[in-house]
Amino acid sequence: MADTAAVQVEGLTKSFGETTALAGIDLQIREGTVLGLLGPNGAGKTTAVRVLATLLRPDAGRALVFGTDVVRQPAAVRTMIGLAGQFAAVDELLTGRQNLRMVGRLYHLSPAEVRTRSDELLERFDLVDAAHRPVRTYSGGMRRRLDLAASLLNRPRLLYLDEPTTGLDPRSRADVWQMIKALVNGGTTLLLTTQYLEEADRLADQISVIDHGRVIAEGTADELKSSTGGQVVEVRVTRAADVGRAVDVLSSIGDADATRTADHVATVVAERGVASVADAAEALRQAQLDVTDLALRRPTLDDVFLDLTGRAVEPEPSSNGDRPHGRARRGGAEARV
Amino acid sequence: MTTATIDPTGTAPSTPRITLGTALSDAATITGRYLTHIIRQPRLLVFSTIQPVMFVLLFVYVFGGALLQSPAIQEYGSYKDFLLPGIFVQTVAFGATQTAIALAEDLNKGVIDRFRSLPIARSAVLVGRTAADLVRGFAVVMIMTVVGLIIGFRPQFFGLLAAIAVVVAFGFAMSWIYAVVGLSVPTSETAQAASFVVTFPLVFASAVFIPPTTMPDWLRVFAENNPITHVAEASRALATGIGGVAEPLLWSLAWIVGLLAVFVPLAVNRYRKMS
Repeated sequence: MADTAAVQVEGLTKSFGETTALAGIDLQIREGTVLGLLGPNGAGKTTAVRVLATLLRPDAGRALVFGTDVVRQPAAVRTMIGLAGQFAAVDELLTGRQNLRMVGRLYHLSPAEVRTRSDELLERFDLVDAAHRPVRTYSGGMRRRLDLAASLLNRPRLLYLDEPTTGLDPRSRADVWQMIKALVNGGTTLLLTTQYLEEADRLADQISVIDHGRVIAEGTADELKSSTGGQVVEVRVTRAADVGRAVDVLSSIGDADATRTADHVATVVAERGVASVADAAEALRQAQLDVTDLALRRPTLDDVFLDLTGRAVEPEPSSNGDRPHGRARRGGAEARV
Repeated sequence: MTTATIDPTGTAPSTPRITLGTALSDAATITGRYLTHIIRQPRLLVFSTIQPVMFVLLFVYVFGGALLQSPAIQEYGSYKDFLLPGIFVQTVAFGATQTAIALAEDLNKGVIDRFRSLPIARSAVLVGRTAADLVRGFAVVMIMTVVGLIIGFRPQFFGLLAAIAVVVAFGFAMSWIYAVVGLSVPTSETAQAASFVVTFPLVFASAVFIPPTTMPDWLRVFAENNPITHVAEASRALATGIGGVAEPLLWSLAWIVGLLAVFVPLAVNRYRKMS
């Protein structure tokens, strides 16, 4: 099969009263690839998915799924897609198995297929032991996995995952990522929305950054990172109250304006590499700030987002304010004082 | 592509035909889901069964004696025979509010989104939900009948069956009003409050518990033209054989057909256009 566009979106707009959710976005997903739709809360990600899933009619523009128009032939589109929502749309009172079987029946699978496919998915998503329990007894991670399983019953050619790990603890998130990876390796085309940069970085082939209902940047994770240019100096202070002063100090070394990127962290683009770190270290010493970490590293998608929008993405909901991708930082060039 | 190939995913982009058969089987699947909900909440099931039984017993034993002073009730020999066919209507009218509550909750939880993303008939969720109310309403009316028979309710057998059929059909029609309510309010709590505001006056300002003859004129006019009165009177005439059947029965059927004709398209349209 030739390169087919799994999704082709042109000039899509949607407003709710005064609020513009989509201000004309264009997207394209090649079959068998993963597009990460990255943006903060309220950027329009969910609205875009709802239009593509035939749940919402756009005001203008066009959206095709494997060449089929979502507005004109919604019923045909529905046979090709799977949707796992932001708020796991599973039935609390039914058991895990009953949930899957119900969705299977609604996809008009044969009774035998309903049974085998449900069992297969329970196995794959590690839910066999809990299959007979009502979903209300499930943990958040188990619900997401069940929701994901339900979206796969009809072996969709295209899967929409709307913030699949929002609100999950890091461990459950890693589990869900692993399962998504396996899906993608199996050839499923995926549209993934996320506000977690690490998630897009890990799972997506292409990333579209959206903000205020517009695509403000697109490319691979590497392309987006190199668009920010150079490296960044990142300072982690001991006391969150000092972060404002750290921003001032970093701005004073003359490379660029620094920004607060997390509770304890200030970041600045380092135009001069190690020389910038040396200046930063000297300036911090003079300001007598308590610093736990000072590093020169390659930009992350966080920096890209910050660079594009002037705002940091929502902090990750983890216990100590550390963003998980901080752990991946070791890969970059690093200098310590 | 030049040759016909078998798509391994089996999802060729053609518009799937939704036949009456698949629409009904989709609705049956949804009905099954809601009935499973009832079984999964045993305490709710117990109390919602006790409640109508309690109503029967309280009305019969608390008000029965005093109400038997009314000549209109004396005609029936006992208040039980007057009350039971009427209180069936109260039960299905309140039972139908479950449709509003359940749909509002499913909307909030995103379950409706999932259903709307599936290739099923646009009516399936609503038909399935209202049919679940119908099944539940029938079961509760049967329980009340048994309790009634134990305490001395003496209906005519075939008349009683016809009465139950009319009452349950009316409950089904009411469910469609509540379907519109459920799809129009933001939360299940609002759905419940809104449904009660509609249902209470209809049920109490009616001929369910007493003949409307003693009400003040303005209320009597309302009560006499209230669909619940028509259905209660039809049910009572059918079950007991006392009083004219034809007029209230025709009114009841007209209301059932009328409610369905208005609220089914309204609800389905609302479901389709939801965003």
